[in-house]
Amino acid sequence: MLEIKNLHANVGGKEILKGLTLTVKDGEVAAIMGPNGSGKSTLSYVVAGREGYEVTQGEVLLNGESILDMPPDERAAKGLFLAFQYPVEIPGVNTMTFLKAAMNAQRKHRGEKELPTPEFMKIVREAQGKLGVAQDMLRRALNVGFSGGEKKRMEVLQMSLLDPKLAILDETDSGLDIDALRVVADGVNALRGTDRGFLVITHYQRLLEYIKPDTVHVMASGRIVKTGGPELAHELEARGYKEFIGQAA
Amino acid sequence: MNAVVKRARTEVESALSGAFDALAPQLPGQARVRALRADAAALFASQGLPTRRVEAWHYSDLRAQMKDVLPLAGRPDAGAIAQAQAVLQPVREGQVRAVLVDGYFIEELSAGLVTSDITLRTLDDVLETGDKVAIDILSAKNLGKGDTALALNTAFMRGGVVIDVEPGYHAALPIELVSITIADAPKAIFSRSMVRAGAGATFTLVEKHITLGDARVQKNDALVLFASGRSQVEHSFHRARTGDNEVHVHSLLTIVWEEAKLNSVALVEGGGFLRRQIFARFEAEGAELSLASATLLRGKDHADTTLVVDHANPGNTSREYFKHIVDESATGVFQGKVVVAQHAQKTDGVMKSQTILLGDDAAMYNKPELEIFADDVTCGHGATVGALDPAQLFYAMSRGIPRADAETLLLEAFAGDAIERLSDESLREAMLQRVRDWLKGRVA
Ligand SMILES: Nc1ncnc2c1ncn2[C@@H]1O[C@H](COP(=O)(O)OP(=O)(O)OP(=O)(O)O)[C@@H](O)[C@H]1O
Ligand SMILES: [Mg+2]
Repeated sequence: MLEIKNLHANVGGKEILKGLTLTVKDGEVAAIMGPNGSGKSTLSYVVAGREGYEVTQGEVLLNGESILDMPPDERAAKGLFLAFQYPVEIPGVNTMTFLKAAMNAQRKHRGEKELPTPEFMKIVREAQGKLGVAQDMLRRALNVGFSGGEKKRMEVLQMSLLDPKLAILDETDSGLDIDALRVVADGVNALRGTDRGFLVITHYQRLLEYIKPDTVHVMASGRIVKTGGPELAHELEARGYKEFIGQAA
Repeated sequence: MNAVVKRARTEVESALSGAFDALAPQLPGQARVRALRADAAALFASQGLPTRRVEAWHYSDLRAQMKDVLPLAGRPDAGAIAQAQAVLQPVREGQVRAVLVDGYFIEELSAGLVTSDITLRTLDDVLETGDKVAIDILSAKNLGKGDTALALNTAFMRGGVVIDVEPGYHAALPIELVSITIADAPKAIFSRSMVRAGAGATFTLVEKHITLGDARVQKNDALVLFASGRSQVEHSFHRARTGDNEVHVHSLLTIVWEEAKLNSVALVEGGGFLRRQIFARFEAEGAELSLASATLLRGKDHADTTLVVDHANPGNTSREYFKHIVDESATGVFQGKVVVAQHAQKTDGVMKSQTILLGDDAAMYNKPELEIFADDVTCGHGATVGALDPAQLFYAMSRGIPRADAETLLLEAFAGDAIERLSDESLREAMLQRVRDWLKGRVA
């Protein structure tokens, strides 16, 4: 369970998150929608522990434990995963090598043994097949020269390999064609379960038709300004954010 | 050219000139060689050791490093030879390997010396009995002109090897040239070797430099790499990390003929003061030269790579690709000059220098230069210096990889980008392993 309480955070000396409160329960799929620049990615970075994002007030608890003092790798080992809005290209690092390093690092954190290579290969193959990630992508440098959609699929592939307790998907749907959207949504749905929470950041109602959220939050100017059920997403699609922008300022 | 300003000799400079005068009659070589040595000694006597006032040495003050003259290394004794032997990898069946200890060719450590396609002679033998052509190539008179550190090597050179690969021969196994210094007592080493690829010959040359011990060493050595027409040579260079007491000047003198392909990839580990200078010249047309290196520095290492690629003729391609990782309070220098002569049309030259600074006190000086006198050329250069990319670090850490491991992953990729230019897979893997070992030393 993820609990964010009255979170205030600065980036580049400017306050971006201004008292944000939000809970994602185990098994819940919560969606965040909100205008450009409202602080959605900032929230995901703060929760994941990116340097340069200064928390001035508030708390973030993962399964009851405060994570704000942990480096990003420890948060990941505790079960947090962030699918980046803009996945980072890492030249010279083979995708397979990276995946293996990530899986083994997390196992080590948890005191588990390294995965033997054949077993690792088997797990990757399986996930890769389901998500329609081409074999040759795994041999290339991570995200380098991948198309927008390929990068997003790679994020979901990593998510399924790392088996997180709580996954934040930051606009994983943007840049995906219709078929890819369905594949990615299927990937997420396959991971849905009573012990896993999702925070899905999106601009589009379409994604939420494939990944049916339990809750929809509206974020504006660094705060959650409205919370409702799936119907809220439809309302937003029809009416836009106008009424919230004034309200939050 | 700057006007030559005479300046007072330091004691060391006078002592070096004196040492040459005393030693000259005993140094190997007939009249031609004697004249060559005398000219070099005269240049040195008039100019002295390079200081920061010499443009090409602006970031590396050799005179300041050479505070005294160390005794010239003698032939290694049995103990030194045994020490050297202990660090040699097993040689493969049929492989040619030449081993120098303290700059002297040691036959008993070498292997595969008698083949019909590869001839190996000692430098001293070639200097004494070699034909005019061989001596001319050895003297590489169009390369590194005016460089007084190289002149010192020319004046004192002895002890190396000359390897000739017959025209058209395709060597299945790499030819190794291993230079081992036994730093058990202070010593100065002046050694020169030459590897000549006959027309159309194809082979890999593996050059290694290893120092054992931490006594003061002044090593000034040179390799002449001569690529005849249509030859294809891959050159793998590795300088293992030394202690802090080595002052090492290494000159690579490269002559490239028509349609030859020369691919040189280096892994340079620091230690002490290192100047690696590369002088390359295209003597004909249609050749391709690629120079790449990864330099890994830490502690108080000072490593300077300075290269001059002389497109003296039209229609040649050169690629220079230099990477530095500079940690702690080490200093790296890259000076690259690509010169394109007026008639050298259709020259294609790209030079890149990239550095990652890790230590707060680490420093990197970059000076890429193009001197283009022709008009129909494609040339470019770029130099970047920076820290590890925080976005990449965060991305890796967000997947659970701890910072130190994430840094290692990124640094290995960074250095690997140069090393990957080596086409021989086992050499490449061995070099990457050295990079990993260096990085491990960093984390520990
Ligand atoms: N390093 C920074 N320095 C200053 N301002 C920043 C910095 N990073 C982000 N911001 C600002 O913070 C605000 C929130 O950005 P954020 O990326 O979180 O928005 P978002 O809701 O994810 O938008 P989008 O829907 O376009 O992805 C923006 O106004 C942005 O310009
Ligand atoms: Mg965003």
